Amino acid sequence: MIEIADVGKRFVLHNQGGAILDVMHAACLNVRAGECVALVGASGAGKSTLMRMIWGNYRCDQGSIRVAGVELCGAQARDVLALRRSRLGYVSQFLRVIPRVPALNVVAEPLVVQGVDEDHARAQAAALLTRLNIPQRLWALSPTTFSGGEQQRVNIARGFIHPWPVMLLDEPTASLDAVNRAVVLDLIREAKTHGAAILGIFHDAAARDAVCDREVDMAQFTPAAAGAA
Amino acid sequence: MTPLLQVEGLSKHYGNFLGCGDVSFTLWPGEVMGIVGESGSGKSTLLNCLAGHLTPDAGRVLFDTREQGLRDTLAMAESERRWLARTDWAFVHQNPRDGLRMNVSAGGNVGERLMAVGARHYGNIRSQATDWLDRVEIDTGRIDDRPRAFSGGMQQRLQIARNLVTGPRLVFMDEPTGGLDVSVQARLLDLMRGLVRRLGLSAVIVTHDLAVVRLLADRLMVMKDGRVVEDGLTDQVLDDPQHAYTQLLVSSVLQV
Repeated sequence: MIEIADVGKRFVLHNQGGAILDVMHAACLNVRAGECVALVGASGAGKSTLMRMIWGNYRCDQGSIRVAGVELCGAQARDVLALRRSRLGYVSQFLRVIPRVPALNVVAEPLVVQGVDEDHARAQAAALLTRLNIPQRLWALSPTTFSGGEQQRVNIARGFIHPWPVMLLDEPTASLDAVNRAVVLDLIREAKTHGAAILGIFHDAAARDAVCDREVDMAQFTPAAAGAA
Repeated sequence: MTPLLQVEGLSKHYGNFLGCGDVSFTLWPGEVMGIVGESGSGKSTLLNCLAGHLTPDAGRVLFDTREQGLRDTLAMAESERRWLARTDWAFVHQNPRDGLRMNVSAGGNVGERLMAVGARHYGNIRSQATDWLDRVEIDTGRIDDRPRAFSGGMQQRLQIARNLVTGPRLVFMDEPTGGLDVSVQARLLDLMRGLVRRLGLSAVIVTHDLAVVRLLADRLMVMKDGRVVEDGLTDQVLDDPQHAYTQLLVSSVLQV
């Protein structure tokens, strides 16, 4: 479901003397349906960069990234948007929301965008928030006022409300307590059972061992001279 | 699928000065495109050329009309273009005073646009106006008040109601949240996002506020000195800007 071949990434910083950062070289990686693969490597090895290139908010300059059959290198904006609407899910590290929108609607949004009836979408959102132990009195409030762990759980609920065939997880268990961490690991296992192809970054080694089938070390794709720059 | 709007080689000069030069893009149904750039970069000139308020020197603006498919709006008769502006298009001005009639009641402002497309039944017009005031979160008890008595945020919401009541398919917005304080901005953004999604609208939004486009726009075009220097998926342009000017723009935003 995710096929990455010979991918390279370079940042050119025009306003800092045209500095060039080579951060990735000839990255290759495949994730099949029903499989969870962990990206590992030190800080600056390019784990998040690769995730963002798959999500499409970093441009892919070199090589090929195919997600659910769609080539992302050189893709049109509308093709990437269509992919994100129903086939590619992303749990980022931080929640970015409009102030004033209730948590329940934030979680339901990915379904509503796909045309699911709003009441039905909110009912599913409520079920997930309950499962992630977000008290009902918070549902009508904007997550901007929530604690870090609560925001992260809202983010996870939003990421798991639709059975995306391909999922990207950036530190899904960070800042969670043991109970909620177990819930998230269960959600990941269920997604795998449904056939999702999952690529994740997990600093929590126990969580990684619990859900991931194999690891890919990003260090092998880091250009020798540049390092993390 | 047919594009809703197809722009080809659009240019506008003011004397020798370039307003906007050789702009081309395609907007698809349901897409929201943001145009950012500093003051004087040509973004408002471009928007006004698209909406028919200014006549460009060169280029074509093709719009997918209901009856005849893609038509060049610049080559249309003035009467046809005016009809489009009243029905399928909407234009939300930065200053609500430019888009509202300040001496006419709130209900009258909304109803006037309905009457311009042929509505005559007073009861129907009033009930549609009431419905739209409610949708933009204006207390329907204030339907007979003049916009003069409204706050800036309410005036802006009323302008949006007046524009959307005829069910347009394409909305042009010029700095729709400019001049409003931040809490009012957030509410307006939330409202606009909901309306765009529920009604399946396409929109072109000009702003200098990068946070606004991140929340509202699917796609982003960056302008400098009348030229488009970069365009693409909104989060790609903001998170991985390629052009020197975009990098400067993104890195200049103050973090709160």
